[in-house]
Amino acid sequence: MSTKVKKMLFILSKGTIENAYAAFVMANGARMEGIESEIFFTFFGLEAIQKKKLEHLHVATVGNPAMNIPTMLGGLPGVEALATKMMKKEMEKLDMPPIGEFLEILSDSGCKLWGCKLAIDMFHLTEDDLIDELDGILTIGDFYARADQDGTQLLFI
Amino acid sequence: MKKVIANKEIDVNEEGYLEDVSQWTKEVGTELAKEQGIDMTDKHWEVIDYLQDKYKNDEALSIRGIKKSGVINIKEFYDLFPGGPLKKSTLIAGIPKPKSCI
Repeated sequence: MSTKVKKMLFILSKGTIENAYAAFVMANGARMEGIESEIFFTFFGLEAIQKKKLEHLHVATVGNPAMNIPTMLGGLPGVEALATKMMKKEMEKLDMPPIGEFLEILSDSGCKLWGCKLAIDMFHLTEDDLIDELDGILTIGDFYARADQDGTQLLFI
Repeated sequence: MKKVIANKEIDVNEEGYLEDVSQWTKEVGTELAKEQGIDMTDKHWEVIDYLQDKYKNDEALSIRGIKKSGVINIKEFYDLFPGGPLKKSTLIAGIPKPKSCI
């Protein structure tokens, strides 16, 4: 079948927990189906691969109508932390791994993990700040080169 | 759907998964593995045993479970059953395809 997806490339640009999980679940799901997958972490998506920050990602309670929390309340101290705690509890019930363990699973599954050079420079990060599983730091040109084959799909999150 | 596997008539669904686990034998497993291009080794059978145990105990299968299994790590799992490890290994084990997204 010529239409079959062979490779999925994800660009994670956001640092909220729900976006990180969206990328991780789809990237892992691809590997489980025998599809190649890679994730390119850029801008706030870099929060998910910083050793000190990755277990502290939050769900956005402000400017997120689907949370059903009035915007004024969503901004109060502790609300974001509470909503995140509740969401993590529900995820644990479904046996969803925490971010750090999920990254290990992805790496072991053969999913490539890349950091965006421009964003890493902009946030003054070094390789020591980033997870050991990282496969390297790429420019966007390098990343496009990895998409240069039939059956590749790019997804921006 | 009926299918002859290892000289036995077996009930399988449209994806090739066994409808009835009790029809499974090691010979059937070997044959199903061959169709997937896999030559079974002791390590493969160890994984199949683990999966069948989990299924008998009604425990959900996931890649995270494999990581914690103590039987095999994720890298080896992908090496033994290339191109969709949980899908292929459950098919060979004669148990239903896992429904989980993780």
